[in-house]
This record gives sequence, structure tokens and C-alpha cells, in this order.
Amino acid sequence: MATQAQFRICPDTGLKVHLPAQALIKANAVAAVVFLAIGGLFGLSVALTRWPAVHLLPAEWFYLALTAHGADVLLFWIIFFEMAVLYFASAILLGSRLAAPKMGWLAFILMLVGAVTANIAVLQGESSVMFTSYVPMKAAPHFYLGLILFAVGALIGVFVFFGTLIVAKDERTYEGSIPLVTFGALTAAIIAVFTIACGAIILVPTFLWSIGIISHIDPLTYKVVWWGMGHSSQQINVSAHVAVWYAIAAIVLGAKPLSEKVSRTAFFFYILFLQLASAHHLLVEPGISSEWKIFNTSYAMYLAVLGSMIHGLTVPGSIEAAQRRKGYTNGIFEWLRKAPWGNPAFAGMFLSLVMFGFLGGITGVILGTEQLNMLMHNTLYVPGHFHGTVVAGTTLAFMAMTYLVVPLIFRRELVLPRLAQWQPYLFGIGAAGISLFMMGAGTLGVARRHWDITFTDARLSFDVPAGAFLMMGLNGICAILAALGGLAYVVVVVGSILFGKRKDAPAPAARPATPPMASPIASYGGEGTLKLPGTMVLVSVFFVAFVLYYYVNWKYLASVWPLR
Amino acid sequence: MSESAREEPKHGGEPRPPVMQRILDNPFLLLFLGVTIPTVFYVLWAVMELTQIPIAK
Ligand code: HEM
Ligand SMILES: [Cu+2]
Repeated sequence: MATQAQFRICPDTGLKVHLPAQALIKANAVAAVVFLAIGGLFGLSVALTRWPAVHLLPAEWFYLALTAHGADVLLFWIIFFEMAVLYFASAILLGSRLAAPKMGWLAFILMLVGAVTANIAVLQGESSVMFTSYVPMKAAPHFYLGLILFAVGALIGVFVFFGTLIVAKDERTYEGSIPLVTFGALTAAIIAVFTIACGAIILVPTFLWSIGIISHIDPLTYKVVWWGMGHSSQQINVSAHVAVWYAIAAIVLGAKPLSEKVSRTAFFFYILFLQLASAHHLLVEPGISSEWKIFNTSYAMYLAVLGSMIHGLTVPGSIEAAQRRKGYTNGIFEWLRKAPWGNPAFAGMFLSLVMFGFLGGITGVILGTEQLNMLMHNTLYVPGHFHGTVVAGTTLAFMAMTYLVVPLIFRRELVLPRLAQWQPYLFGIGAAGISLFMMGAGTLGVARRHWDITFTDARLSFDVPAGAFLMMGLNGICAILAALGGLAYVVVVVGSILFGKRKDAPAPAARPATPPMASPIASYGGEGTLKLPGTMVLVSVFFVAFVLYYYVNWKYLASVWPLR
Repeated sequence: MSESAREEPKHGGEPRPPVMQRILDNPFLLLFLGVTIPTVFYVLWAVMELTQIPIAK
């Protein structure tokens, strides 16, 4: 049993913090940042290689760096951070002890050993299979082993989260329903179980194949099951970063969801449908029927997209409602103009919200439509799209959250606050740029995962339009901006953790009598209003952009494949 | 607010929350749904189709 000595009360939020949970959050967050730094560097080197005027790396190094980039940022940075989010959303928000902290440490060590092993395998040069590791390309056995260890660790962490839900309920640390942010984390954890199960089902045989125990893995079966992991893990990210949006809005502005019911229903759509969209990675595979493709991507995916659009309405809506409550009621947009744009947590969160919707969301629907997918399949449009989702969306949201985690969990003040203020804008602009320009190049036909778009020594030449070279150059410039933004983040976070001024709990009198933040994030209850003209305008702009862009792509398809 | 709307008590004691709320408050039911649905519609359906593809001679 947890004794009271294992808890502290946060002087800033009033939350009851279980110290073993806090230690695990710290460890996972630090590991996450380290892998982001490594992976970001590889990303920069890849982008500079794809900039034809620079063409930094030789071909073998390019594929090595691309493999390391994908694994370090998409798997290791994001999932380590998600473990921190799960422990925060369970133990801390429910004011409970963490179930089985020792298992949490086992999970952490397995993940760390796995991530380091996979990195070693990639750097040794025999595993440049890219993070999808499609068979029959074969990596070194310890590449697969590393991924398996990492996945097992993550699964244990997810069970600790579920265990904590049970503990909190048994010990009655909360009343009624769990808070919305915890519900979002629950959604992520549920999707994680399916994700990791798919990963185990396909990676364990692939590992056995790499050491010669199994003779053959069917490539198409591999792709189906692998994407059950590869895509679903992106849906863990979406659920987690939406939860983070709600959390930041609640902590920084005291925002409550517009309606608990509506937001929870949107998460429920995620649980039911989001994972089916994995099928959009297989839209051109022969051997699988159009019924399967269309059911899984269109019908089911659109319900999940509906979930995202609901969050896209309710998150800014809850911010508007909170701001109007505070008296920012002039005109349509005073609430937005007078928002705390100088607070990196808020700025990062809002940029993440807007860019995830406009850059990642709309283009995801285009790519997930079977016919339109033919226009862009396997071009740079695909990385362009997902840098809109996982970089401008998830990564920026997690960075924003870090600016709250450092003072609240590490109990340190931020060093270099000016740099921290600029960081979300710098990284956001860079990320938006790489997303847009890769999509631009892809629309012009530039392939993804390709070292040389000029096909210098190829027998058959392929003329890439001049505009594509411009796009790749602009992409390189934005990559530098994003890398600088990433560097600023690492400097601020690591600097604050090591050298930031300690926030020792001050004498109670030195604090405002009512801790402002705790209630909305850790409790149940909505604003219950829809008088939100500003949000309605934003949402209308989004819809118009969506419809126009959807139409343009059908038009484009009609001109590529004219029906005469 | 309507959020807190409750049904009439069924058998004395605590009032029972509405059905949907009881579903959403049950993490393990949600876990079951979230794993079963994609397993059936995505994995099993696709694998069934793949096994129908004739082997090349
Ligand atoms: C400084 C920031 C970043 C830059 C400049 C960057 C740039 C790039 C470039 C140029 C590619 C290669 C596209 C291709 O040739 O096919 C790429 C691939 C990729 N990036 Fe990034 N990226 C950055 C950050 C991130 C982050 C934060 C994530 C994930 C959270 C991410 C996930 C990926 C993935 C999954 C791939 C695909 C790898 C593959 O095809 O195997 N990137 N990135
Ligand atoms: Cu996907």
C-alpha cells in the first residue's frame, strides 16, 4: 500500500502527485527527448540529402539515416513520451498511486534496451530496411529483437496504466467518471494494445526468419499485419495529442470541454474505427478486394475523421468559452488575440491544433480515398502528409506539454525563457514548411525514399519538372528551421532540468489561496455553451478549405486519367 | 447541466447513470471493442482474402 509519505501536493495545481509515478514520468520524458534529438539530426541529414544542390550523404548512408530517423522519432521519441502521458493521466490526474511502479521500471528498461539495440543494428549498416522493414528485405536479427523488446516494454507500461485505473477506482480516489484527459489517454492505451499485438504477431516470426528458423514470410501478409501496428501507432499519437490539447487548455486557461458527452463520444469513435484506417497503406496492393479497402478506409475512417473534427471544434471552442468567461468578449476574435501567445505551452498547443487539421488532416482524407490515392501513392506527398500529423501535430503538442511538465513534475523553472517563447513558432514554421514542400514535390511526381531524383546513372531517364527542384530546396531550408526549433527545444528542456531554478514548495501564504488549475483538468463537467462565434468562423474556414482541396484533387485525377 | 441527467433510481440506492455513460465508464468493455473490431474487419477479413489467392506454379 502507498503511504502518504509517497505523495506530495503540487503547490501550483493542487494535484496529488505520487512520487514513484513522478520518477517514471521524468525517466520516460528524458529518454524521449534524447531520441528526438538523435532522430531529428538524422532527419536533417536526410532532408539535406534530398536537396539536390546539397545532396549531403552518399546513397548507402541515406538509407541508413532514413531508417534511423523513422525509428528514433516515430517510435522511440513518441512512445517514450506517451508512456509519460499515460502515467500522468492515470496516477497524477486521478490522485492515485501508480499500480506496480516496479513493472513501470521494467517497462522502461526493456524499452531503453530495445531502442538502443535497434539503433546499434541500424548504425552497423546491415539494417537499412527503413522503419517499415518490409520483407523480403532482411535486417540484422538484433534490429527486430530491439523492436520486439521495445514493444514488450511499452505493453507492460500500458498494463500499468490499466492497473492504475483499477487501483484508483478501488481506492476511490475520484468520483464518477474519469476526467476527459484520462479518457483520451485510455483511448490511446486501448489502441496501443491492438498496435502492439499486431507488432508482436508479425515481428516475432520475422525475427525467427532473420535467424533462419522460419524459411519464408509472405510479403503481403507481412504488410497487412505490419500496418496494423504501423498505422495504429499513429492513432495512439492522435489520441494522446488530443488529450494533451485538452490538458494544456485546462491547465493554462482553466478551459473545460464544451460538453463531456460530445468529446467522449468523439474518443469513442476513435476506439471503434480509427484503427481500421490502417488499410489506407494497402490501397494499391493486389490480392485484397476493393470491398475491404473501401470499407476500412472510407466508411470506417470517415467516422474516425468525424471524431477528429469534433475535437477540432471543441478544443478551440473550449478555449473560446474560457476566454469569454474571463471577459474577452469583444468582437469575434478578441479571445484569440488576447490568448497567451507568449506562453510556449499555449502557443505550441494552438499551432499544433491548427496545423494538424489543415496540413495533416485534410491531406490524410485525400490519401485515404482509394481513387485519389493513385495520384500520390508512394510519392513525397506521403511523408509531407505525415510530417503534418506527427511533426506539426503530435511532436509540437508534446513539446508544448513539456513546458508544463518541467515546472510541474521536474519542479524547475525554464531557463532561457525568451528562446522557449520563440521555439514553438520556429519549429512550427519549419514543420509546416517540410510538410507543404514535400507535398508539393510529391504532387509533381517526386518519389519518396529516393536518394537521387535526377536518376543520374539510370538507363531510362525520368524528367522531374523544374518546380520539383525548387520544392526540394525550400524543403531543405525549412528542414534547417525545424532542426533549429528542435535544437532550441532540447537546449531549453535539458538546460532547465539540469540548471533551472528549483521551484521549492513555498510557504502556503506566498501562494494564491485558490490554486487555479487543478479543477478543470482533473474533474468532470463541461462549459455547456455553443455561443462561440470565433470558433464557428474558424471551423467554417476549415470546411471550405477541405471541400475545395478535395474537389481540386478529383479534378486533377480526372485530368490525369481522362474518361473520353 | 444536462451532463448530470440521471435516470430514476431502479432499486432504491444509487441512481443509475444512463447506458451510454455506463459504457464509456467501463474501460475493459472499451478495450474489448477496440481490439475486436479491428481484428475482425481489418486483420481477419484481409487474411481470409489473402488465403484465397492461388499459389503460382
Ligand atoms: C527536423 C525535423 C524533421 C525533418 C527535417 C524531417 C525530414 C524528413 C525527410 C526529408 C524525410 C524523408 C522523406 C523521404 O525521402 O521519403 C523524412 C522521413 C520521415 N520522417 Fe521526418 N523529419 C523531421 C522530423 C520528424 C519527426 C519529429 C517525425 C516523427 C514524429 C518524423 C517522422 C518521419 C518518418 C516516419 C519518415 C519516413 C521514414 C521512412 O520512409 O522510412 N520526422 N523526414
Ligand atoms: Cu496510416
